[in-house]
Amino acid sequence: MAATQPLLNRRLITDWLGIAPFAIFAVMFLIAPTVYLVSGAFVDPNGNLTLQNLIDLFQPNILAAYVISIKISAASAIGGAIIGFALAAAISLGGLPSWVRSAVLTFCGVASNFAGVPLAFAFLATLGRLGLLTIVLRDVFGFNLYGAGFNLLSFLGLTLTYMYFQIPLMVLIITPALDGLKREWSEAASVLGATSWQYWRMVVIPILWPSVFGTLLLLFANAFGAVATAVALTGSSLNIVPIVLFAQIRGDVLHNPNLGYAVAFGMVVITGISNFIYIWLRMRAERWQK
Amino acid sequence: MTAKKFWSWLAVFVAAFYFIVPLLATLEFSMRMRRGTYSFDAYRSVFADDRFASTFSYSVVMALITIVVGALLIVPTAYWVRLRMPYLRPVVEFVTLLPLVVPAIVIIFGYLRLYNSSSWLPLTNTDMGANALLVFGFMTMSLPYMYRAVDTAMRTIDVAVLTEAAESLGASWPTILFRCIFPNVLTGVLSGAFITFAIAVGEFTMPSLLNRPAFGPYLALIGANKAYEPPALAMIAFAMTWVSIILINITTRLQKGAAGAR
Repeated sequence: MAATQPLLNRRLITDWLGIAPFAIFAVMFLIAPTVYLVSGAFVDPNGNLTLQNLIDLFQPNILAAYVISIKISAASAIGGAIIGFALAAAISLGGLPSWVRSAVLTFCGVASNFAGVPLAFAFLATLGRLGLLTIVLRDVFGFNLYGAGFNLLSFLGLTLTYMYFQIPLMVLIITPALDGLKREWSEAASVLGATSWQYWRMVVIPILWPSVFGTLLLLFANAFGAVATAVALTGSSLNIVPIVLFAQIRGDVLHNPNLGYAVAFGMVVITGISNFIYIWLRMRAERWQK
Repeated sequence: MTAKKFWSWLAVFVAAFYFIVPLLATLEFSMRMRRGTYSFDAYRSVFADDRFASTFSYSVVMALITIVVGALLIVPTAYWVRLRMPYLRPVVEFVTLLPLVVPAIVIIFGYLRLYNSSSWLPLTNTDMGANALLVFGFMTMSLPYMYRAVDTAMRTIDVAVLTEAAESLGASWPTILFRCIFPNVLTGVLSGAFITFAIAVGEFTMPSLLNRPAFGPYLALIGANKAYEPPALAMIAFAMTWVSIILINITTRLQKGAAGAR
């Protein structure tokens, strides 16, 4: 017994040595920075524990930033999810030629990665004051977009822009789930005399809702954390959370470092909750995809 | 059936309109530089700018370093967890998913606080240190994709049997890792690598806050100061995204082919 004990320990030590590089990396460059900010949100500049920073998040300009960020993220996620679902259903169940399906999927792969600064440029060239669509609407259809109150640097403009990567992401995630609907299920339903509405309501929706709702949350978190598009599109003229945080990191515009940590903490809480529910729902949904 | 087809085509056409119009508009705008006629002047102007080449090559080099260091970290870890510590899998998977929860801007904010000039490890003091921080930041951002790609590739091979076979033939640990495991998960590493590349080359937030001369901040700078070059750059970026997606598709197809042949 005494002889085997050190041997066991040595094996245990090599086991942990093998995982050590990853553990050190994860702690230094992922966990520690996050923990540092999160704990910083709960202390005042002198190091005393406080909830004041979190309470200060509710001052009008920061609260407004959160509200508009949540509105834009929710609108672009819901819009992206509805249109993306329609598109995915069309290519998966609509009986379209197979080249349409592969063309749509390949394009979605590209467009879901086409975010950041270039996406902002593309929408400025489309719907900016001198954008093609703005000019065509004005000269051909006699409709003055900006005269009608539209502004690309607004809730509607940013939502339209974000949907350019939200819709493809929805298509890419939900198409496999739609493909997973077994033909037997619809046949069984119609043999039993179900209308196609009943089939959707009593079979498809109960099976798909975890995937759809989960993806909706993923899209929400995705839009909420998008910094580059917002910064490139609006400069700092629109008051949304990523821009506030970006400015705060650049130059302490809130005049309180700990309040900055609290803004970051608020972001992590919101993206964290939506991602955790997404991952949980995804595990639920995978039961049906085997 | 015909109604279903009608609605399907309608959905595809509406989506196509929404997706293609901004691309056409960007192309049209980028060619407006010369008055009264369409020309490629904006593209010429983009390529004539030295900073385009220097920032782009800087970003490419950083992305490649990220891929190499990331693969050297992820492959042995995924291998080790599968072989020796399966009980740690949920923990490791949870950690690799964390970058989806913590936005990049928050991670980099943490770096700037932990590794600034007055901290215990002042990485931001030197160019090399800041470059290293950028690489670690990219690695963190790509962790969910890289780990999943490698782990999926590893699922198709039996690491325990491969390791025992190699060990009984007298192979050392480096030989096992680099001559048995790496070649077998190469498709996974490659598809992770292309995603990492796509993320890293255009990334704006991290290099901008670290003051690195990278492509993303350069794009934003041009966007703030020029009129016709930004759409030209957007078209170039779109073409590059297209190329990396095609490469990802090819490697995943290779991976599926390899898994199917087994």
